[in-house]
Amino acid sequence: MSPEPSGPGSRVIRAQGVAQSRSLFDVEILRHAAVDSLRKLSLRTQARNPVMFVVLVGTVVTLVESIAHPTLFDWSITIWLFATVLFANFAEAMAEGRGKAQADTLRRMRTETQARRLGSGGAEELVQASDLSRGDMVVCEAGDLIPSDGEIVEGIASVDESAITGESAPVIRESGGDRSAVTGGTRVLSDRIVVKITAERGHTFLDRMISLVEGARRQKTPNEIALTILLAALTIVFLPVVVVLQPFGHFSGATVSVVVLVSLLVCLIPTTIGALLSAIGIAGMDRLVQKNVLAMSGRAVEAAGDVQTLLLDKTGTITLGNRMASQFIPAGDHGMEELAQAARLASLADETPEGRSIVALADELFNLRDQKLDERHVFVPFTANTRMSGLDLVGQKIRKGAADAVKSWVVEQGGRIPPGLDDTVASLARAGSTPLVVAEGPEILGVIELKDVVKQGMVERFDQLRSIGIRTVMITGDNPLTAAAIAAEAGVDDFLAEATPETKMELIKAEQEGGKLVAMTGDGTNDAPALAQADVGVAMNSGTTAAKEAGNMVDLDSNPTKLIDIVEIGKQLLITRGALTTFSIANDVAKYFAIIPALFVATYPQLNTLNIMKLHSPQSAVMSAVIFNALIIVALIPLALRGVKFRPVGASSILRRNVLVYGVGGIIVPFVFIKLIDLFITAVHWY
Amino acid sequence: MLTHLRRSIVASIVFIVLLGFGYNYAGLAVSRVFFAHQANGSIGKNGSPLIGQNWTGPHWFQGRPDSDNPLSTGAANLGPRSKLLVSDVAKQIAVLKREGIAPTADLVTTSGSGIDPDISPADAYDQVKAVADSNRLPVWQVRHLVDAHVHGRQLGILGSPYVNVLELNEALAAEKH
Amino acid sequence: MGFFWTVSATVVLLAITWRFLGSYMAAVFDGRINYLRWLERLIYRLLAVDPEQEQSWQRYAGALVVFSGVAILVTYTCMRIQQHIGINPQHQLDVKPALSFNTAVSFVTNTNWQNYSGESTMSFFTLMVALTVQQFVSASVGIAVAIAMVRGFVRKDCATIGNFWADLVRCILYIMVPISFLFGILWVAQGAVDTLGASVHVKNALTGFTQSIARGPMGFIEPIKQLGTNGGGPFNANGAHPYENPTPLTNLLSLVLVLAIPFALTYTFGKMAGKIREGVALLGAMVLIFSVWAGIAAYAEQRPNPAVARGAAVTHTVVRQKAGNMEGKEVRNGASASSLYNIASTQTSTGSVDSANDSFNPMGGFALLTGMMLGEVTPGGAGSGLYTILLMAVIAVFIGGLMIGRTPEYLGKKIQAREVKLAAIGVLVMPVTVLIMTAIAVSIHAGRVGALNAGPHGFTEILYAFTSQANNNGSAFAGLNGNTAFYNVMGAIAMLMGRFAVMIPCLALGGTLAAKGSVPAGLGTFRTDTPMFSGLVVGVIVIIGGLSFFPAVSLGPIVEQLSTGKFF
Repeated sequence: MSPEPSGPGSRVIRAQGVAQSRSLFDVEILRHAAVDSLRKLSLRTQARNPVMFVVLVGTVVTLVESIAHPTLFDWSITIWLFATVLFANFAEAMAEGRGKAQADTLRRMRTETQARRLGSGGAEELVQASDLSRGDMVVCEAGDLIPSDGEIVEGIASVDESAITGESAPVIRESGGDRSAVTGGTRVLSDRIVVKITAERGHTFLDRMISLVEGARRQKTPNEIALTILLAALTIVFLPVVVVLQPFGHFSGATVSVVVLVSLLVCLIPTTIGALLSAIGIAGMDRLVQKNVLAMSGRAVEAAGDVQTLLLDKTGTITLGNRMASQFIPAGDHGMEELAQAARLASLADETPEGRSIVALADELFNLRDQKLDERHVFVPFTANTRMSGLDLVGQKIRKGAADAVKSWVVEQGGRIPPGLDDTVASLARAGSTPLVVAEGPEILGVIELKDVVKQGMVERFDQLRSIGIRTVMITGDNPLTAAAIAAEAGVDDFLAEATPETKMELIKAEQEGGKLVAMTGDGTNDAPALAQADVGVAMNSGTTAAKEAGNMVDLDSNPTKLIDIVEIGKQLLITRGALTTFSIANDVAKYFAIIPALFVATYPQLNTLNIMKLHSPQSAVMSAVIFNALIIVALIPLALRGVKFRPVGASSILRRNVLVYGVGGIIVPFVFIKLIDLFITAVHWY
Repeated sequence: MLTHLRRSIVASIVFIVLLGFGYNYAGLAVSRVFFAHQANGSIGKNGSPLIGQNWTGPHWFQGRPDSDNPLSTGAANLGPRSKLLVSDVAKQIAVLKREGIAPTADLVTTSGSGIDPDISPADAYDQVKAVADSNRLPVWQVRHLVDAHVHGRQLGILGSPYVNVLELNEALAAEKH
Repeated sequence: MGFFWTVSATVVLLAITWRFLGSYMAAVFDGRINYLRWLERLIYRLLAVDPEQEQSWQRYAGALVVFSGVAILVTYTCMRIQQHIGINPQHQLDVKPALSFNTAVSFVTNTNWQNYSGESTMSFFTLMVALTVQQFVSASVGIAVAIAMVRGFVRKDCATIGNFWADLVRCILYIMVPISFLFGILWVAQGAVDTLGASVHVKNALTGFTQSIARGPMGFIEPIKQLGTNGGGPFNANGAHPYENPTPLTNLLSLVLVLAIPFALTYTFGKMAGKIREGVALLGAMVLIFSVWAGIAAYAEQRPNPAVARGAAVTHTVVRQKAGNMEGKEVRNGASASSLYNIASTQTSTGSVDSANDSFNPMGGFALLTGMMLGEVTPGGAGSGLYTILLMAVIAVFIGGLMIGRTPEYLGKKIQAREVKLAAIGVLVMPVTVLIMTAIAVSIHAGRVGALNAGPHGFTEILYAFTSQANNNGSAFAGLNGNTAFYNVMGAIAMLMGRFAVMIPCLALGGTLAAKGSVPAGLGTFRTDTPMFSGLVVGVIVIIGGLSFFPAVSLGPIVEQLSTGKFF
């Protein structure tokens, strides 16, 4: 789906957020990319990529040769070499295309906003959003677009942030605390707020986002630089390898055509990875954007792949954050069903998550769904004073609540405390659970265990992380006992209990001392130092500006589990580069077997033994290799953009698989396709 | 830099004394005391059994067609597809045939040292008839001679069995008298 | 059968030296071996060196380069004045400048390429004081570099990589001298010549011929020639000469001595890295390639020589070549063991030969030539094998590490732009040097006239010469006449490139890595102690060598092999 352009002057923009954007091969993107691949032919652009620059120079050489001594073969080679350059540009343009389209949408949002600036006397004036500067105060009311990034200094409002996050549910933003930041381009749905602008002109979050998705400020990442060096080195070594064939051939009595030498050079230098390298990097950043994460630098994305320690907040990340009933423990002679029934009745009218979870558990265990409340039941709500809630029926009073409150209620009515109750309560508390005692009249029926429930699938997730060598550390404000219990249940490797910003910081530093890379999420201002210290700091978009400034990524969904996705994307980025490098180099074997016999077969007919593909003629052999070399770039664009699939298995099995697929496969594939291309061009007499 | 240079010069002198003179002269001393015969080249009455000689046949058992000049050792260095090597081999085959010897590979190729003192037992047996005829000795007697001079593998396992041409010819000479 | 036993004995002896020499060397460079403490201390005092005072990689490299420069000068000077300085019973004349330069560079760079015939060129003084000294020293310098580089891998946040002088002195005193001396005794006992006497003239009473036999102080030079992967024989025939390599036993032990240190250094590496398996992985890569290449050569040399077959055919004779290709080989050693000797020597950057490389069958020659083209890492020269394969390993780690999705690490050290750059320089300088120099040689008259053989074999002779020198090997397709100003100077440049343009990046890499912190290993770490890694290293070695040299080799041995029935 492509976004509908909004009419001029319209302040209604149907932005889709970043996530729900375009498919990989949108027609519009293809068209733009095709145009851009020509535009990228400028020398300055080409010189940035040493491998493809050599191809361009080679093309010029064959072009001169073709003009001087025109033959169909020379012209065909020239055209295919030129196509190779274009294909590389096309790959990059494709990768940029999606980001550009997103940037366009975002840009419209930025330019068409107006702001109500508060003057010094409190008077409002209408100005363009782009004219706002840091420190200005603006007023936003229901229906207004927030003109720029800022902090709410007054008021509370519900805000629709779907333009940026794609999440349609509105969020609450209020002055003070950790939820005071608002982002330019989001819409106020209710109430009135006064926002103090915190971003400089042109440096708003939206601006940053635009330049990020566009790839305008893209800098090469450390691994990319290292790989570029390796590719340049290989290119440099192939230059003499090919150039010396002229004198070698001459010594052996062979004449070697310049066009064929250029063809060999282009086939040997790692054009496949050279052409796709920047596309892989851009696409990697783009994949993060698809996940609604904005990385402030490619370096951070790469670092994510290297992370060895993941610090995760307990509440909201590992656990649901709500306490849920997990079991009924009957006391005295009472049965479990009796307890469950009473507990259920007492909770039927209790709309808190805890209450609902008690009903759900009882229903699940004893199938009690048919018992309904009617007018005879009187609900007794929880108060801070009584610290219990329950139900009154004719001659029947049921209460559930904190142990000491219920106990004293029972004693008041002349009941006894069954032996063992205190032990049960104490052991549940030790295990990190909350015990709720249930009593009916003077009888204590038993205890409900309320537990902080670990999110579904977390155990598996942590297992996967462990298998790829990442240690997870749970951060919680709970006491060590509670923390240990939850850590064990969730399957994290370690925990930091009674965490404060200081202890968090110490933990990060300690891990880094040991040479490990640490990733963490945070949203509060007090998280900022730790976010800055961590190698990968993911700030929640809902968090404070300070947190967002300190981190090197922002999660627009404010979903702390995202860290795991980020790590995977980081790894995928490197894997794709490594795999295509291996593939590219492995391809050379087949190309040699195509071209070397063709080069010298006139002088040494016996070298035709090396023509194991039985290619038709020397010319068809060279041309097939060149065509393969050009087409493989196009064929691999989808892989480069999508990335090699990452599987959360151990390093050894990933390596084995990739060596097999891209190394061994890289040796075999070109043999097959060069032969097919040779058959084709021989059939159509095209050389 | 200057420190490096000073140390380099001193080190060069130290190593010349220690390794150039010390090591070599210690070795020479050990050789002279314990292995005087070998150290001097294992020279016997008619030359060294380690150094091949020219034996013009068929009066003598002949070795490989080397130049046998210990003052200028080394191989012929002709490649496996060398026309020169083809013609050298052909020439040597012709020579052997004239002498009534069935040419073997060792007898038509030159060695690595240019002074190979040995031939394979097969090479020797191939020459038995020609040598016996030329010296008017019975074939069985010459064959026995060869039998007695076949060196087996060293330590029973190393290298190839061989016949030392000098030893064999010295025995042949003794046989004749 | 004999070959089977030779191979078995070699394997057993090498297994023993790998384990014990390997850990012994680790102890030596750790300063834990000190039975010659008095001598060691004396040398340090003369040099004014504190062995505990470690050096940065720059200072280490600086000391090494200056020392090598002085060594070249000293060696050069000895040759230039040998006529006047004594210990010269053969009355050898002063060596000409170009040849002296080539030879001095050759011995200092552990190449031992010889553009001369030893018995008619060098005085015993030059032999002992210039050439033999360098055989000890150049090998020890190579090992020192390897050890210094490994220190870089295993240290954390450290600015230094060892003390060059201490490493050098320890290697000479505790490794080179004792082993060489012990084997020297055995060599002389087996029949190696060892005397300062002039040539003897012996008259054969039976034939009446008089033979002049050149001799010299060879017996104790031979073991260091092999042990230090030097290869420069006092006689032109080198290991084929019965005075240098008198018996099949010395032939076998030559093989073992040549391979001992390069293989054992992988154990030393593992030991220093705290995990022997790390060394085993590199050993695995070395052994795999070595075995395949040795197999190719042994098979090729058990085949008949085509020129001999043709010679027989044109004379209508049957010449059975049951023993294989005996052209250029010694009877006592046989074709198979000879091929193994030369393979060991070409793949250790030794260059000594017990048979003529030039006369190997095409595929045998292919194995010798390409064994060097793989970069002399299987197992490579003393020290140079380890430090060069570590460069290959760094590249393997880089590509492999990317494929598992982590910034690549080797022994906990992140492999980043600088490391990749240094490794790439170190690995690629050799092929570039070889190809460009060969191209120059085949393009100009001075280069073309050197070849003895015609056709592709002549091309191979020239290609082989530069491959050998740029790899600091020193073996030759000896038909090439290299004693010309052109080849002497070009060769010297190739040798200097192959030595220092590899060593310096290695030391720089060591220094860079030493300064880095270390990443603890985990499940997500790229394992470098597995067969998989050995395979990757083999892949990198074969791919880099293969891609660089396939076109050139196809014009040499490959086309020669395919030219059935054709002679040039």
